[in-house]
Amino acid sequence: MSALIGLAGVGKHYGNVIALRDVSLAVDAGQVVCVLGDNGAGKSTLIKIISGLHRPDAGTYEVAGEPVAFGSPREALDRGIATVYQDLAVVPLMPVWRNFFLGAELRRSFGRLDIAAMRRTTRDELAGMGIDLRDVDQPIGTLSGGERQCVAIARAVHFGARVLVLDEPTAALGVKQAGVVLRYVARARARGLGVVFITHNPHHAYPVGDRFLVLKRGRVLADRAKDAITRDELTALMAGGAELDELAAELSGTGTGTGADAG
Amino acid sequence: MAGTATAPARPPGDERLGRRSPLRRLLGRPELGALIGAIVLFAFFSAVADAFRQAGSFSTVLYASSTFGIMAVGVSLLMIGGEFDLSAGVMVTTSALVAALVSYQLTLNVWAGVAVSLAVTLALGFLNGLLYVRTGLPSFIVTLATFFMLAGANLGVTKAVTGNVASDSVRDMDGFASARSLFASSVDIGGVNVSVTVFWWLAFVAVATWLLLRTRPGNWIFAVGGAADAARAVGVPVARTKIALFMGVALCAWFLGMHLLFSYATVQSGEGVGNEFYYIICAVIGGCLLTGGYGSAVGGAIGAFIFGMTNKGIVYAEWNPDWFRFFLGAMLLVATALNLVVRRRVERSG
Ligand SMILES: Nc1ncnc2c1ncn2[C@@H]1O[C@H](COP(=O)(O)OP(=O)(O)OP(=O)(O)O)[C@@H](O)[C@H]1O
Ligand SMILES: [Mg+2]
Repeated sequence: MSALIGLAGVGKHYGNVIALRDVSLAVDAGQVVCVLGDNGAGKSTLIKIISGLHRPDAGTYEVAGEPVAFGSPREALDRGIATVYQDLAVVPLMPVWRNFFLGAELRRSFGRLDIAAMRRTTRDELAGMGIDLRDVDQPIGTLSGGERQCVAIARAVHFGARVLVLDEPTAALGVKQAGVVLRYVARARARGLGVVFITHNPHHAYPVGDRFLVLKRGRVLADRAKDAITRDELTALMAGGAELDELAAELSGTGTGTGADAG
Repeated sequence: MAGTATAPARPPGDERLGRRSPLRRLLGRPELGALIGAIVLFAFFSAVADAFRQAGSFSTVLYASSTFGIMAVGVSLLMIGGEFDLSAGVMVTTSALVAALVSYQLTLNVWAGVAVSLAVTLALGFLNGLLYVRTGLPSFIVTLATFFMLAGANLGVTKAVTGNVASDSVRDMDGFASARSLFASSVDIGGVNVSVTVFWWLAFVAVATWLLLRTRPGNWIFAVGGAADAARAVGVPVARTKIALFMGVALCAWFLGMHLLFSYATVQSGEGVGNEFYYIICAVIGGCLLTGGYGSAVGGAIGAFIFGMTNKGIVYAEWNPDWFRFFLGAMLLVATALNLVVRRRVERSG
């Protein structure tokens, strides 16, 4: 059986900036693939290719074994590839429920919006994720970062995503809220979705990931299954091993603050 | 909202629920500041100008408000969608000229001119939108360019065709009477003549409000104005929505153009310049956010009403009308500041 999505030898440049070079990745149903990398490694660029926002300059992109060249995120969505962006793709001044259904509004006769049903569904879907909103009519910009992230993910799942692409969903969250999101990722996997999970943070990636792709300056630094890598190895890879040792040595005299969340 | 009353069924953690009071909901309306301003202004002019209080004067105020208000509908929607149209003022004249020149020069029924004008004006709106979408330039620049081009073409074409700066009168052409009754008649209500444009204005506002709040394109208008990238990412056809909004302004311009043509039977080709700012002012006073994503058609209408009251109120109060623009500018400042305060308060106390 072919993977839900597969990229092979993908490259992308912005003008003379090479953002990605020769990256391959495959996601099966019920699998979480974590993409890790430092700032500017090309993670968001990779996501934008998967979600149909950009076309790759090199390499191939297949969905269920079929080559695709998406012209817009809508086309990717229609193939069941839903993306939750780092900046969340929400419209801050619009109510939560309008954001939830934006681009896929429910309608009744004469093109009227089915507002009651959309409000109800939004509240129920979020409650199902353990998020109890005060008011689905409040502007989404007034929610906390974690709440907003969960609205965005719940929206993708609700609209029948088969592949869920999450761009740093835990980056801005506190420990507890990150836990909520990670649990939700695990739940999505259990439902048979394929997940591409982008993060800086190996501690967030390791518990939920089945496969780890580490990017550095647009290239693949490592691509391992979970049983072929330990959490410490992953952390070391992320930080660039030697660089981390150097840093440890450098900081050993001054007392360190490295316990902080890497988000 | 349905269901909020069944508190026991809700899980714990809901002490945060604190229902939004009706007052707070009202405060959340974009047009609230404008409404207060309109009431204050109305009371003010009623107090200082005896003439302002007469029914006939009120009808005059409404007429002035309606001609700007019809345009403010399209301009407000466009502003909520995040864009400007500086060509809106001269486009009204272009629209009227097209209808006048086509019917007169080709000796057609004026309705043929009306139809051609509709097609041409919508095409101009489409062009504005297409230029904006394709070039990625700010709409301010794109429509500034079309503003100058239309202003020049209005004069140039009219002079070339008629040898004059005005179009020839279409008063005696076939269909004039029926067109006039639709676009430029007045209705007697209790002894007061109310221009038909007032009713058209209300209809435009009602349709626009329904569109904005109750339909999918309305949702898209808020979204493309509030966060175009986010909207695109979830599958909203951003380019199509923006183009449609420019065409909405064009539709309003066509309507007002027809009103002017069938009121005066002839069109001065230099008219309309500068009005685009008045339309924008109506929208902004009415609570539409200059940066897009927030506002209402009703707000634009209240803005137009404030505009009409000030415009005529100064005359009835027998002040020097030269000061009209000064007042307008001052009101713009006050209104935007007020809107900002209201919105911040609501956002903070959610
Ligand atoms: N639109 C753009 N134009 C030019 N360069 C870009 C553009 N978008 C990204 N880049 C560059 O491409 C490289 C990869 O960027 P990308 O956003 O994919 O990184 P990232 O791994 O997501 O980083 P972060 O962790 O900070 O989100 C960076 O060097 C960035 O500066
Ligand atoms: Mg990124």
